[in-house]
Amino acid sequence: MAVTSSIRESSASVVRASLTSGKRDVKGMLFAAMLLLCLLTAMFTLTILLWDVIVQSIPVFQKRGSGFLTNDLASSPDKAGVSQGIWGSLVIAAFVVIIAFPVGIAAGVYLEEYAKPTRLTSFIQLNIRNLAGVPSVVYGILGLIVFVQALEPITGGRSVIAAGITLALLVLPIIIITTAESIRAVPNGLREAGFGVGGTRWETTRDHVLPYAAPGILTGTMLAVARALGEAAPLLLIGAITGRLAEPPGQTFWEQLQGKFTAMPIIIYGWANEVNKPGKITGLTFEDLNSAAIVVLLVMVLVLNAAAILLRNRFEKRRQS
Amino acid sequence: MNDHLTSMTNDSTSVPNPSVKEQNPMSADAAGATQPPYVFSTTDVAVYYGDFRAVRDVNLQIRQHEITAFIGPSGCGKSTVLRCFNRMNDLIQSARVEGSVEYHGVDLYDPQVNAVEVRRRIGMVFQKANPFPKSIYDNVAYGPKLSGVKKKSDLDDIVERSLKRAALWDEVKDRLKASGLGLSGGQQQRLCIARAVAVDPEVLLMDEPCSALDPIATARIEDLMQEIKDEYTIVIVTHNMQQAARVSDRVAFFTTEVNTESDRRTGVLVEYDETGKIFSTPGDDRTEAYVTGRFG
Repeated sequence: MAVTSSIRESSASVVRASLTSGKRDVKGMLFAAMLLLCLLTAMFTLTILLWDVIVQSIPVFQKRGSGFLTNDLASSPDKAGVSQGIWGSLVIAAFVVIIAFPVGIAAGVYLEEYAKPTRLTSFIQLNIRNLAGVPSVVYGILGLIVFVQALEPITGGRSVIAAGITLALLVLPIIIITTAESIRAVPNGLREAGFGVGGTRWETTRDHVLPYAAPGILTGTMLAVARALGEAAPLLLIGAITGRLAEPPGQTFWEQLQGKFTAMPIIIYGWANEVNKPGKITGLTFEDLNSAAIVVLLVMVLVLNAAAILLRNRFEKRRQS
Repeated sequence: MNDHLTSMTNDSTSVPNPSVKEQNPMSADAAGATQPPYVFSTTDVAVYYGDFRAVRDVNLQIRQHEITAFIGPSGCGKSTVLRCFNRMNDLIQSARVEGSVEYHGVDLYDPQVNAVEVRRRIGMVFQKANPFPKSIYDNVAYGPKLSGVKKKSDLDDIVERSLKRAALWDEVKDRLKASGLGLSGGQQQRLCIARAVAVDPEVLLMDEPCSALDPIATARIEDLMQEIKDEYTIVIVTHNMQQAARVSDRVAFFTTEVNTESDRRTGVLVEYDETGKIFSTPGDDRTEAYVTGRFG
């Protein structure tokens, strides 16, 4: 008895010695530290940027109140507001939702569920990927030539219609790609189950594939809208107004769509070029106003993203339940 | 029956259907009058994936109200052949089927045949239980709804009958609205069987239905197969020779042959006979080696 226990003790100490010795994973720890450093650098830059903008925007919201959100563009920082920019950006977002969502999702479904894997299909897929990487200013030129000039009778020229269609085209490849990828991630067993009980391709896609892929598709589409909200370059080419945008009274909604327009990124761009002289009443400069405009744009994008996350969570819950 | 299969695409009945031959060309031979009629009859079937030939020279007949088991090592093409019987191979773009697969004398790969109609008559249960991410009720009711059953009371009846037939009713009758994914593995597989029988098919194809289940769940499914075989014709692919011996009336043994020139493997049907014969006095050395565990 005593012998066995002493053997056990000695073996335990031997085991402990061997288990606790040996070199530490120094390289691994260095690597982890480096990764953390990179993350912190990114976070730090972003925080500084946001902090700077938010701090500068606070006086604007304090002194101007809701007037900043409801006023039109003006030459004085005491009066200028972003209402036209908010309207323009919302209309553009609506165009993206109305045009790019259905077309993009349908194209993605076709590519994944219906198209035969021919060379033409892979050629098209490759080109959609390339299109997603085309600089946005190129889409601006397309919009200028096609929607502003060629289709002027319909779009009204340098209008929010032209801008909305252009940005819808800009984000179309992103929506197609995210839709196709979400559909590719649907387990094949689900398709087989649908076909197995006598479902057609369409019935299986509608009842099983699309609902399963919905959260992914939704995330992609919302990111696409956020991208469209932030784009400035194509709008500059299309001719969004940067200075003062007079609004003649008595316009119908259709005339407004066909008329001159501006959007949040354009206002930010325009105000960045204004003379930095404080207003006589409020003492605010256009630089201050610009920070506030950036906050407004950020809030718009964040609200959209939050809506997307909420919707996605609901879909995912349904998928599991 | 033949009209029904082709009804979706064939509206001119004057077109002679090349595949409608004598209903059961083999039933008059030595097998005798007591043998049940053939449901499937394959002639020189070969399946290709792209230019890869997965299986070749499959000639066999599946008899009505029997359980036919396909056994053989991995990669021998038994699942591939099974998937020809309800045209599941259509879903794989590169797959191509040569030879003829006749279902009651109708060539399933005739261009006039509608694959969707085929799958309504020939149900399938898959290796991995794949219930829809929906409620138990909706899982079973989905197929009948597609076939046009609309009345709630009819659907209720079908769901209850199908779940009872799949020996699952007592376990789930109080939670039909709960998710099918919340069931255990064995229950999920029985739910899939219930879903398959809900559309009232004639044939059930089962592709290794018990490979992911424990012995108790496996035994339940095997019992179930015996209970329902009077109403259905069952073809089951299994890796488990004991299972084949327990449940089946006939066994088809497949194996792989390696082409010495291209070093590519192709599945072949070695032997097809009554289960007792395959396991006691197989006619082929390869079959004997496999069923006795000396696989070479």
